[in-house]
Amino acid sequence: MEKPKLALYWAASCGGCEIAVLDLHAKILDVAAAFDIVFWPVALDFKYDSVRAMTDKSIDLCLFNGAIRNSENEEIARLLRLKTKTLVAFGSCALEGGIPGLANLTTKEDIWRYVYVQSPSTVKDAVGIYPQTHSTMPEGSIEIPEMWNTVKSLDQIVDVDYFVPGCPPQPERIWEVIEHILSGKPLPPVGTVLGAGEKTCCDECTRTRNEKKLKQFHRPHEIETDPKECLLDQGIVCMGPATRSGCGALCTMANVPCRGCYGPPPHVTDQGAKMVSALSSVIDALDPEEIEKILDQIVDPMGTFYRFSLAHSILRRVEKQ
Amino acid sequence: MAFEPRIIGFLCNWCSYTGADLAGVSRIKSAPNVRVIRTMCSGRVDPAFILQAFQLGADGVIVMGCHLGDCHYQNGNHKTIRRMPFLKRLIQGFGIDPRRLRLEWVSASEGDRFAHLVNEMTEEIRKLGPLNLSVHREERQQAMHA
Repeated sequence: MEKPKLALYWAASCGGCEIAVLDLHAKILDVAAAFDIVFWPVALDFKYDSVRAMTDKSIDLCLFNGAIRNSENEEIARLLRLKTKTLVAFGSCALEGGIPGLANLTTKEDIWRYVYVQSPSTVKDAVGIYPQTHSTMPEGSIEIPEMWNTVKSLDQIVDVDYFVPGCPPQPERIWEVIEHILSGKPLPPVGTVLGAGEKTCCDECTRTRNEKKLKQFHRPHEIETDPKECLLDQGIVCMGPATRSGCGALCTMANVPCRGCYGPPPHVTDQGAKMVSALSSVIDALDPEEIEKILDQIVDPMGTFYRFSLAHSILRRVEKQ
Repeated sequence: MAFEPRIIGFLCNWCSYTGADLAGVSRIKSAPNVRVIRTMCSGRVDPAFILQAFQLGADGVIVMGCHLGDCHYQNGNHKTIRRMPFLKRLIQGFGIDPRRLRLEWVSASEGDRFAHLVNEMTEEIRKLGPLNLSVHREERQQAMHA
């Protein structure tokens, strides 16, 4: 019998998701044995044209990581959707924009102005020279992708069948997903989040939780935390209450507050809004002035609450007035 | 066409909604710009509801609940009094003027106060102009033409 065909692609991402796949260690050989890998730019030498030449829906499974940041990302997302039966948004960036999605806090114009004009590392006589999508030289002409103003998640561009969250998805969870597909068991309904839990990160965290009453927030470097007690109880802004379970609470186990990479828990559309809700419930003050003073201690709420999910939040990007 | 502000009002069932009702039965005239959504408590207003209102085209959102101490659920509005200033900071982060979100306490007997606040908010938003979030405006237009 012919082996099912597997494709892996990275769009706007760091490559960590690819490492996570390789972190399956010896089991990566089982993946290679079970699937015919037809496209994996990071690890194997395939060209876009070889994908274009495939018949539609001939790839059985595509694990797509990375956000949609430029014309190339978008083109390949559409191409892979066309050629793939089961398209999986793999990792935080594909799911919800991830770290690249933080670019939605500003504009393409501002980013370019910084990088090509203001940054101290810009060479003096190159100041103000911006990349062009098309350039001609004596040797010929080249095209490079055009950068978009707004970073998008994969599902904002094409229909996605399944979602595997995490930055990166944990290898154990990846293996569960692959094992499930290999077993031939019926797949869950389209749109299901795979390789993650149905509760919040707090549910997996073994720290002791008490009645929360906070008058003061701290940044992690400002205090010495008790390793057994809930970090939020100690005034550290931890994204646990607004984050889906699945990672095994790795960060809090390492004395670091949850960063929220598994995205919002089931039935929550906006991680930042949920975090506002969660923290508002535990602030111990009723006087508006005192409340403002306490809120002042929460540094960078946008970057903290939407570290991974800004591009997929309700408002998606900052409006520059 | 002159700009008419679209404002969403989340009113708690026990005080503010009844206050709005009183304004109505007392025939107090007020601006027709606030679309009222009744919630069981101002504490029931999830911040996501408010973000969604802005996403769907609201120019302003006003949340009304019982005065502190009057909450039907004892401390529902204690959550609201902390949530709204927090959310104001968040929408400011999104580039939305925080004056577009307002929290007020209106009791069941304060029909005149309800009408006054509606007028005041409408005028404030009229001065601020339409919100017009670019990403969502484009998508709404595409949806209309689809």
